[in-house]
Amino acid sequence: MSAPYAHLQLAATPTSEHRPLIIALFSVFVVATLVITVWAGRQTKSAADFYAGGRQFTAFQNGLAVSGDYMSAASFLGIAGAIALFGYDGFLYSIGFLVAWLVALLLVAEPLRNSGRYTMGDVLAYRMRQRPVRTAAGTSTIVVSIFYLLAQMAGAGVLVSLLLGITSDAGKVLIVALVGVLMIVYVTIGGMKGTTWVQMVKAVLLIAGTVLITFLILLKFNFNLSDLLGTAAKNSGKGSAFLEPGLKYGKTGTSKLDFISLGIALVLGTAGLPHILIRFYTVPTAKAARKSVNWAIGIIGAFYLMTIVLGFGAAALLKPGDIIASNPAGNTAAPLAALEIGGGSGSNGGAILLAVISAVAFATILAVVAGLTLASSSSFAHDIYANVIRKGKATEQEEVRAARWATVFIGAVAIVLGAFARDLNVAGLVALAFAVAASANLPTILYSLFWKRFTTQGALWSIYGGLTTAVVLVLFSPVVSGNPKTSMFKGVDFHWFPLENPGLISIPVGFLLGLIGSLLSKEEPDAGKYAELEVKSLTGVGAH
Amino acid sequence: MATDVPPPEGGIDTRPAQPPTEKFVEVQASEEFAELRRTHRRFAFPLTVAFIAWYLLYVLLSNYAGGFMGHKLFGNINVALVFGLAQFLTTFLIAWFYSRYAAAKLDPRSEAIKSRMEADA
Repeated sequence: MSAPYAHLQLAATPTSEHRPLIIALFSVFVVATLVITVWAGRQTKSAADFYAGGRQFTAFQNGLAVSGDYMSAASFLGIAGAIALFGYDGFLYSIGFLVAWLVALLLVAEPLRNSGRYTMGDVLAYRMRQRPVRTAAGTSTIVVSIFYLLAQMAGAGVLVSLLLGITSDAGKVLIVALVGVLMIVYVTIGGMKGTTWVQMVKAVLLIAGTVLITFLILLKFNFNLSDLLGTAAKNSGKGSAFLEPGLKYGKTGTSKLDFISLGIALVLGTAGLPHILIRFYTVPTAKAARKSVNWAIGIIGAFYLMTIVLGFGAAALLKPGDIIASNPAGNTAAPLAALEIGGGSGSNGGAILLAVISAVAFATILAVVAGLTLASSSSFAHDIYANVIRKGKATEQEEVRAARWATVFIGAVAIVLGAFARDLNVAGLVALAFAVAASANLPTILYSLFWKRFTTQGALWSIYGGLTTAVVLVLFSPVVSGNPKTSMFKGVDFHWFPLENPGLISIPVGFLLGLIGSLLSKEEPDAGKYAELEVKSLTGVGAH
Repeated sequence: MATDVPPPEGGIDTRPAQPPTEKFVEVQASEEFAELRRTHRRFAFPLTVAFIAWYLLYVLLSNYAGGFMGHKLFGNINVALVFGLAQFLTTFLIAWFYSRYAAAKLDPRSEAIKSRMEADA
């Protein structure tokens, strides 16, 4: 458990001399986003403003914000790091994360925009008995978001303290608390409008920073990708195997199954992530939702293409030992590559680039945690408080007030978890969030929209069954115990499920339970409600 | 509360008139709507199956066909990299293809139904 910290001192060395510059850039970002938040907060009056940013964003703006919401620290630092350490196998993440958007584009984004209002639960509960299904939808929204949030907070604490060169435990807790407080401020004051602007700013910064580093790395290799790959392979010490699949997942039959499981969870998870789904409510029409997905596919695709250069560039420029020494998971490979390409440790160019990339990483984490907090507090206020506890009788003001309090509560929970859980395996948590989303949410979304015979019982079996299966399998997987190096709890072993990712089992279970639950249901599906949902989802009649 | 028309929340979220449930049932049974549904499903469902199969093929080849994926095409560029980049390309193409199809075939049909229902309501 102490392994990641034993090396912090090492990594802090190149950083500490430029700390004032990094802190200055962080501060500029924080001040700018706070100004935006206060400005957005002044315009946030109705529930539609708070939950959906007034539905006035353009397709391009929302496409940027969707990208900002989606490209988390896991995709920026995690993928570059995974490529730098494992070569080609790291690139496999990028592909799954991108292809997944087609599920959202072809099947989910437009019908959701047409038939829902503020939350994922609006669509899941539309045809069903409201209270049980809203409770289930709220529960799975909060569980998925908290897992995702926990991963970001755990990453934020380690990463930002690493980049700032803070090594004391108190300092790290302070950073996690700072991130948590900022996120509470963004969401409570700015609502969806403020959060959306923060995500847009972050997306622009992230793309600009990535383009800059990619360009400089390519320049160094005279824009010859083959040379870059060759140097990376040679420098990694693994030769051409570094450029082929299998270094990370190809070792045993089980790890190959794990890879299939991960691949399925990635491709089916995106369209079930509540914080992504609620973004489609911020545009006026389904057509605009479609266009924002197209923008997002273009932006995210371009970004993931650049991660190839970033990751292999880091492998070509740095010694593998240095990457691992700085962070065993490779999370600091991109910033280290920036430092190196700018002229190395001690140079001004290196210092500036490192500061820029660090500020971008910080912006990335803040924007993503704000989106996740908004998704879970919206679902609590709209699904659970307004429709279950108050049975639909809460006024708009009461609902928004509940959402703000929920934000403070969830933010506080995230700070506590983030402060005490800094050693958790970040990648495992993100993959778990995708697997839970694909197991608990996606089946019910698809059945609700496209299957006439789907019933309340089917929805409940699918949501709770998919959720429980995914969470239980992870609990008894090597992510939690049994692996002396990477498990959350070291020194104990109660695992019996061999895979790290539960998707291979839990996603089919989610779909099957929805099917069986509906077929065995004594209750007839509500044909009138299905007519409403189907006609609305395809035409947008009466859409908000 | 099964057939209440709008959800009961109050608010100033501007919303167009909501037709009654019977109207939705009637439209859902109409030939015009059946045509819209067919047009969407005929395109979206097979394409979804196709891109997931194409993606799974890539995952399975990466796992079980290392020799083929490691085959170098030119310089240090191997089949695995080209295959991966092809996934990017097909994703971009499918997104573009769907949007063109939706604008040409789906939007006019759904607009027609929507404007008639909202005018009647």
